[in-house]
Amino acid sequence: MKTIRKEASVGFVESNDALVTVRPNAAGQGVTVGLTSSVKRQYGEHLENLVLETVKAAGYTDVHVEVQDKGAWDYALQARVVAALNRGGAE
Amino acid sequence: MIEAAKARLRRTMMFVPGNSPKMINNAELYGADSLMFDVEDSIAVSQKDAARLMVKYALKALPFNCETVVRINHVTQTPFGIDDLNAILPSKPDLIRLPKTESVEEVRLVTKMIEEVEAREGFPAGSINIICAIESVRGLYEVRAIAKEPRVVAIALGGEDFIADLRTQRTERGIEFYHARSEILMAARDAGIQAIDTVYADVNNLEGFCREVTDIKDMGFDGKSVVHPTQVTAVHEIYTPTEKQIAHAVKVLACYKDAVENNKGVIAVDGKMIDGPIVVRAERIVAQAKAAGLLAEEGCEDEK
Repeated sequence: MKTIRKEASVGFVESNDALVTVRPNAAGQGVTVGLTSSVKRQYGEHLENLVLETVKAAGYTDVHVEVQDKGAWDYALQARVVAALNRGGAE
Repeated sequence: MIEAAKARLRRTMMFVPGNSPKMINNAELYGADSLMFDVEDSIAVSQKDAARLMVKYALKALPFNCETVVRINHVTQTPFGIDDLNAILPSKPDLIRLPKTESVEEVRLVTKMIEEVEAREGFPAGSINIICAIESVRGLYEVRAIAKEPRVVAIALGGEDFIADLRTQRTERGIEFYHARSEILMAARDAGIQAIDTVYADVNNLEGFCREVTDIKDMGFDGKSVVHPTQVTAVHEIYTPTEKQIAHAVKVLACYKDAVENNKGVIAVDGKMIDGPIVVRAERIVAQAKAAGLLAEEGCEDEK
C-alpha cells in the first residue's frame, strides 16, 4: 500500500464539482473521510463509500480525504480523489 | 472500423473544456455530432493532471451516444501529451485529436500507442482513430502525407494558431484561410478522409458565423469545430439539404439499388445519367437528411 507525502488539493467548489484535499494520516490510522455536501442527507453514505473505494483501488492507505462537494457525479468525484492522491505523491 | 470512422457524420465537433464536470455533464444535450473534450489549450498548465483524469473517468462512466474525441497536448512539443494518451486511451474515445500536427512521425507515435492499448484492453483494432489539426505552415506543408496515415480519419484546420503563424488576423471575408482551407480539403479528399473547418470564436456574431459556415460547406468541408451550443443548431441548419435535394437523392438511391439488383447497366433519373459520384453524393444527402430528422432511418430502402 502507498501513502502520500504531503497535503494536496484538486477541484473547485463549483456546481457538479468537488474540492478534494488529501492529508497524510498517522501510520496505521487507515483511510478517513470528511464530507461537506449539499446532498449529504441523501447521498452522504454513498459518497463516503465511493471515496473509500477509490482510495483503496488506487492503492493508498493512511490518508485523510476532505471533500467539499457541490453535487459532483460519481465519475467526477473519483477523478478528483485520484488526482489529489497523485498530487500528494506516492511514497 | 476505420472505414466507418472515415464516413461518420461530423457536421459539428464541439469543444468541451476537460476540467469542467458541469460542462461535461451537459455537453451532449446540444446535439453536436462529436464532442471534443479538451485537455490542451483550454486547460492551464497547473490543471493538466486533473483535466486528463476528469476526461478519463467521464468517458468511462457516461454513456455518450455521439462521437467522443479528446484533444490532447502535443506529444513531442509538450511534456503532457504522452501522459494524456496513457490516461485516456483505456477509456476508449472514438478519436484522439492531435494539435499542431507537423509531421508523420507524430502521427505514427500516437498510432503505435493506440494499437498497443487496443491489443492490451481487448478493443477491436480500429476502435480508436485520429483527427489531426493543422495549425502551422509547417503542418500545412506536410498535410498530404499526414492525411494518408492509416488511422487518420479527418483533418481539421486550427485557425487561430495558423493565422498567428501567418502574421495576420481574422477578417470578415476569411481571406487569411484561403490557401490553408483549400490545401487541407484537397489533401483530405486525396486521402479519402474528412475535412473539418476551424472554430469561429465570436459567438455573439451569428450572422458572420452563418456566412462562414455556408462558405466552408460550399467549399466541400464536412463540418466545423464549434465552441458554443448556439453554433451547433446553426451549422446543422446550413448542412440540412432541401426537400427537393432529399427527394432526388432518395430516388437516385432507389434506382441505383434496382439497377444493381437487376443487373441493369446504365441508369438514368429524371433524364440524367447516374454514375458513381452521383450515388455517393445522394448517399451523403440522405445521411444529412436522416441526421436532421427529415428522413426515417430506413427511408431510402422503403422507396422504389
